[in-house]
Amino acid sequence: MAEKIRVHDPRGYPPKVVGKRLANRPQSLDGKVLYLVDCLFDNADVFMEQLRLWFAEHMPKVETRIIRPRESWVDDPEMRAKVVADGDAAIIGVGL
Amino acid sequence: MGFALALEQDGVPTIPVSTHVFARLAKATSLAAGMPTARNVFVPQPVVGRTASELRAYIEGTDPVLKQPFMKGVIEGLTQPLNEEDLKGATFERSTPRLLEPDTEENLRQLFIENHWTDYLPIILPTEERVEQMLKGTSVPGDKVVGRLRPTAFREFWQFDVEKVAVNAVMAGARPEYLPVILACAATGISARSSSTTSWATISVVNGPIRKEIGMNDGIGALGPYNLANSTIGRAYGLLSQNLQGGSVPGDTYMGSLGSNWAYTACFAEAEERSPWSPFHVDQGFKPTDSTVSVFFGGWYTQSGFGPRETWKDKFIRCLIGTDHYSPPLIVMDPIVARAFVDLGFTKQSLREWCAENAMMPAKNYWDDQWVTTLVRPLAIAGVEPFATRLKAAPDELISVFTPETINIVVTGGETQGAFKMISGRLIGHGPGTADQNNPVSLIDIWR
Repeated sequence: MAEKIRVHDPRGYPPKVVGKRLANRPQSLDGKVLYLVDCLFDNADVFMEQLRLWFAEHMPKVETRIIRPRESWVDDPEMRAKVVADGDAAIIGVGL
Repeated sequence: MGFALALEQDGVPTIPVSTHVFARLAKATSLAAGMPTARNVFVPQPVVGRTASELRAYIEGTDPVLKQPFMKGVIEGLTQPLNEEDLKGATFERSTPRLLEPDTEENLRQLFIENHWTDYLPIILPTEERVEQMLKGTSVPGDKVVGRLRPTAFREFWQFDVEKVAVNAVMAGARPEYLPVILACAATGISARSSSTTSWATISVVNGPIRKEIGMNDGIGALGPYNLANSTIGRAYGLLSQNLQGGSVPGDTYMGSLGSNWAYTACFAEAEERSPWSPFHVDQGFKPTDSTVSVFFGGWYTQSGFGPRETWKDKFIRCLIGTDHYSPPLIVMDPIVARAFVDLGFTKQSLREWCAENAMMPAKNYWDDQWVTTLVRPLAIAGVEPFATRLKAAPDELISVFTPETINIVVTGGETQGAFKMISGRLIGHGPGTADQNNPVSLIDIWR
């Protein structure tokens, strides 16, 4: 039988994950302000414009507003504050 | 994804739209943020290059991950009542043990492969004895925290200490005397395993007395597989990056479409004694007697040539504008090339300036680039120079694509040929694929 050896775990130390709740959902989007956040990835603006048009045609009671952060993949606290202050829901895209 | 989770926390129901190849990554990111039930919807890949009508078809079509109408997922994700799991999220510890359970060498090798802890080349198993031996390469205690790493800006940081770096150094086949250089690489906080879709790598340049002390190669084949220190330091930096940041697993914590061969190992020393110019680290404000490692984030492209020959200006301009200009070039040149530029009257700085002044292309070509559009254009719109001026240019107007300070020059090589390379390599500042690099030149001596 082959000898057993002991080795180190090569991984780092992950942070503790603290559970966070999701935001309360409205029953309907009718009459609500829906922010469409263009995350600035290449062609995301075209996608968001098509999403805006879809809502205008299929759910006209939803008020959509397209908004953009200052930079791609960088948090924009001002933009977030505006969405929190004026918005009821948000869609972000496209990409990660 | 980060925006979406932040907005949820701020009380705004939010749903991110991603392309389907990011499904696993989206799930992992939500889990690590403590919101495993965060809503996600997906459209087919790609979005880039698709027309408005094609993107409309995505919206009116089927979500390729959830297998239901895309807009059904959107509306339900924003309006369906929350259940108990949505309200509490997930709290849990993710401990990693110091030592693994004892097993045979064969089984442990297989475990390392199955857990994606290697680069799929053979490794040295990090036994307690080997790690203890490795730690003799530094006077810094094993439990001292070195820093934090993460694969991209929207993932969580993982922390690590000296011993964890030593473990990965053993795996790479490094010797104890290389450990201070490896620790200095790790201490930059720059991951050599960015998860960006653009397949980045890091190129590490070592300066100062330690190059000679540990026998690094700055001669023939300096960039190649011809020296234990060069090879294993670069490899260790890659291994430690993936293991200490929480992984570099395709589809989960790595999304580079092509991958990069620079990521296997990329570390070399500058030939300071044979360069006609000051050493790189001295240009960065260090003393000649300091030992440093400078981490360049790039590896996206490589241009090569000889020179400077009679038509060198044309060649340099072709190489410079042939780069992808969101990632400025690290110009690596043989001492023969550097001395020839001196004969032509150039200093290192004047050559950088010449490159910046002469690397010009039509504005329409500059802006027709995925990363320039995504990352540079918003800055230009916000008025940040020099991007704002470039955006004002007419489509056919020639514009400069680099500034002198973003172009770097390092001298190395064996003088068997007057060769140079222009390697994608951003030294400092904000750019794609990683967080800001404010500390890319790291002092090795504090890790001795």
